[in-house]
Amino acid sequence: MTTARPFLTILAQRALQALIVAFIVGIVSFAMMQALPGDAAYRIAAGRYGYDMMDAAAAEAVRVELGLDRHWIVQLFDWLGALAQFDLGRSLVYGSPVIDEISVQLGYSLLLAAGAVIASLLIAVPVGIAAGLKPGGLVDRVTLAISIFVRAIPAFALGVVLVLAFAVQLKLFPVAGFRGLEHLVLPSLTLGLGLAAVSNRVVRDAVADAMAAEWQLFARTKGLSARLSVLRHVLRNASLPVVTYVGVQMAYLIEGVVIVETVFAWPGIGHALVHAIFARDVAMVQGTALTLGLIYVALNLVIDLACRGIDPRTRSA
Amino acid sequence: MIRRLCAAIFFSALFLPLPSLAEEKSRVTIASPWEVSSFDTAVSGFAIQALEIMENLVDADETGALQPGLATAWSASDDGLTWTFQLRDGVTFHDGTAFDSAAAAQSLTRSWQKPGVLAKAPVTGVSAKGDAVVFTLERPFAALPAILAHATTIIQAPSALDADGQPSALIGTGPFKVERFTPPQSIDLLRNDSYWGAVPKIPAASYLAAGRAETRALLAESGDADMVFTLDPSGFARLENVDSVKTLAVPIPRVVTLKVNAAHRFFSDPRARQALSLAINRDGIATAITRFPEAAAGQLFPPALSGWHDPSLPRLGYDVEAAKGLLAELGWTAGDDGILVKDGERFSILLRTFPDRPELPLMAAALQDQWREIGVELQVSVASYSEIPAGHQDGTLHVALYARNYALTPDPIGTVLQDFGPGGGDWGAMGWENTEVADALTAISATGDQALRSKDIAKVARILHDELPVIPIVWYQHTVAVASGLQGVVIDPLQRSYGLSKLSWSE
Repeated sequence: MTTARPFLTILAQRALQALIVAFIVGIVSFAMMQALPGDAAYRIAAGRYGYDMMDAAAAEAVRVELGLDRHWIVQLFDWLGALAQFDLGRSLVYGSPVIDEISVQLGYSLLLAAGAVIASLLIAVPVGIAAGLKPGGLVDRVTLAISIFVRAIPAFALGVVLVLAFAVQLKLFPVAGFRGLEHLVLPSLTLGLGLAAVSNRVVRDAVADAMAAEWQLFARTKGLSARLSVLRHVLRNASLPVVTYVGVQMAYLIEGVVIVETVFAWPGIGHALVHAIFARDVAMVQGTALTLGLIYVALNLVIDLACRGIDPRTRSA
Repeated sequence: MIRRLCAAIFFSALFLPLPSLAEEKSRVTIASPWEVSSFDTAVSGFAIQALEIMENLVDADETGALQPGLATAWSASDDGLTWTFQLRDGVTFHDGTAFDSAAAAQSLTRSWQKPGVLAKAPVTGVSAKGDAVVFTLERPFAALPAILAHATTIIQAPSALDADGQPSALIGTGPFKVERFTPPQSIDLLRNDSYWGAVPKIPAASYLAAGRAETRALLAESGDADMVFTLDPSGFARLENVDSVKTLAVPIPRVVTLKVNAAHRFFSDPRARQALSLAINRDGIATAITRFPEAAAGQLFPPALSGWHDPSLPRLGYDVEAAKGLLAELGWTAGDDGILVKDGERFSILLRTFPDRPELPLMAAALQDQWREIGVELQVSVASYSEIPAGHQDGTLHVALYARNYALTPDPIGTVLQDFGPGGGDWGAMGWENTEVADALTAISATGDQALRSKDIAKVARILHDELPVIPIVWYQHTVAVASGLQGVVIDPLQRSYGLSKLSWSE
């Protein structure tokens, strides 16, 4: 049998999904921005000029410059037409091309997200396995209590506590900014701890299930040592739900990134999206939402492929 | 198994603390709350100017006195309708191109056509003439040089604009040039060794926008930032006890004021506005919220606004009984729930404010509490600050709470004229007209001579004090934390400059 055809099918499905997501995200974000209360020209002028310089005259100048008095249908089709030519337009507030803004900010956000996932895996996998090998044991109960405690702390508070401990007291890492890799540690750890607090329980459940499975008993019966049966069978089987769950956690990551980026003065996309919404920067909101939507699709694809790699059953179907 | 895992965790923990880069103690890092997202001087001018990347034709020192900048001298024609600014020789932009009158006129024309202070001046034309820039006016306007010291009139190089005429780089003539710009969070600067004036001592500097006050305080405490601007009260108190940091609080010409819609039937009588003012416990707000008791605003213009602050004016006081008496004179009587009623209508009003300055919603809550004492029910709406000019324009505004900087330009007349001149202003009087004030403001704006102005300025200050078209609450303090090793620190009350070019590290 060959794996080429289903592989291409997955790609084609996801490409179609990407198109649909792009279209829906574009329409929905446009509609939501239109539905917000308040005069967009005033909000954009506020975002541009700050409250010392912003007044009604500035707002009217913005209205004329951006053509905000045109019917919303005209504005929507303008954007869709430009999008079809892969043009995201210019930021209404900053005047710079949206694609430039996003490409810089997305890079920083992806770096932070990758750091967070790595930190969470470094914590969750060993802790979860240790807990799952003996469900109900001391390790299991202590890590459960710690997980609940950590998950209950808001990302903002966790970030400040980590900064106080590691940056101000121990002077191991910088407080905020992004001059080098050492700046990545504390924000990644802040997000990673929040992720690990949940995912170590997923690892623990998966390992516990695998340990209790009949094939595990069979593996031991046929003479494999405890260590080999864990390495060869338990970890592989347990990793399927864990990999899938890491994908699901992206939702928490996007939410957490907004707060963590603000606390650590990290120039990322979550922070930019919030500012764009406040300033009614429709072009930036649409561009950012579109990018995040496509990342979800890409991530799902990666998770699918990873699961295919781990689990041979999905390949022969 | 467990042992191996423990070993793995232990080793990964060993490698986690990456060696911090040895920070060469030559770079000065500045942290402030304001993000810089645009190359456009109309949008980001304040930061570009404060970081000394671009310069104005006219400069100003910490007292607001005008100094030569890229222009060495300026003069008005006898009728006051033509101003000539003689430009400095031998100045080049950071990219090596020459600074000349054509470049200056192009940059200023752009500023004039964008919303900003220059657009509000009575300018009819900007042109290059020899090695000078010439402004033509529709009426005499003495504050023009002060306006050319404002952040939105800084001079950018023609090469900073792309083919569409949009700014796409930060290229100026200042003592620092941009090494790297990562919007909206940071700008890295290098010393401009071919600067026309005194070359700075520090070779490099960085600007970091950190939106949260907690982050800024921690940056100062850890030494990651050497100058940190705008601290919250708790951060300021904490840093006062940190040895490696000096804390400074400088009074600035920014005032928290209440804008009152004098066209509204509740507030059209000055006594109603005086009653609202008498019911405000300014000392309480200054002590509890800003934590600078001396910041309680006894009058509109703060002491930092020299020439406009009038020490002879009686302090705006706190007297709940007098406030109640004034409202009773106006026919208000207390209803069943203690809220005043007149002609079947409750004294219930909406205050608009915004969260960008975190103390404003707190002050709004304090006002809610204090005005309940005199039977005024206050609802608070915390939203975008653009709701305030919007409410001014459509007439729906009752009262609004905001912070106003009366020295946007070194000469406050521009701002005062906008706020209290004919028709009032989005950030000033609403539904309030006073011909005496209007005439005095016209006279003030026609002359730069302080001796001729002072009588009119005193008149304006006194009428605003009595009539209260806006009700002042507290004056601002500019809070700064500075690394102890930094020398030559000058905190500019006008916030035009961070003073980077004068800094050096002590040996």
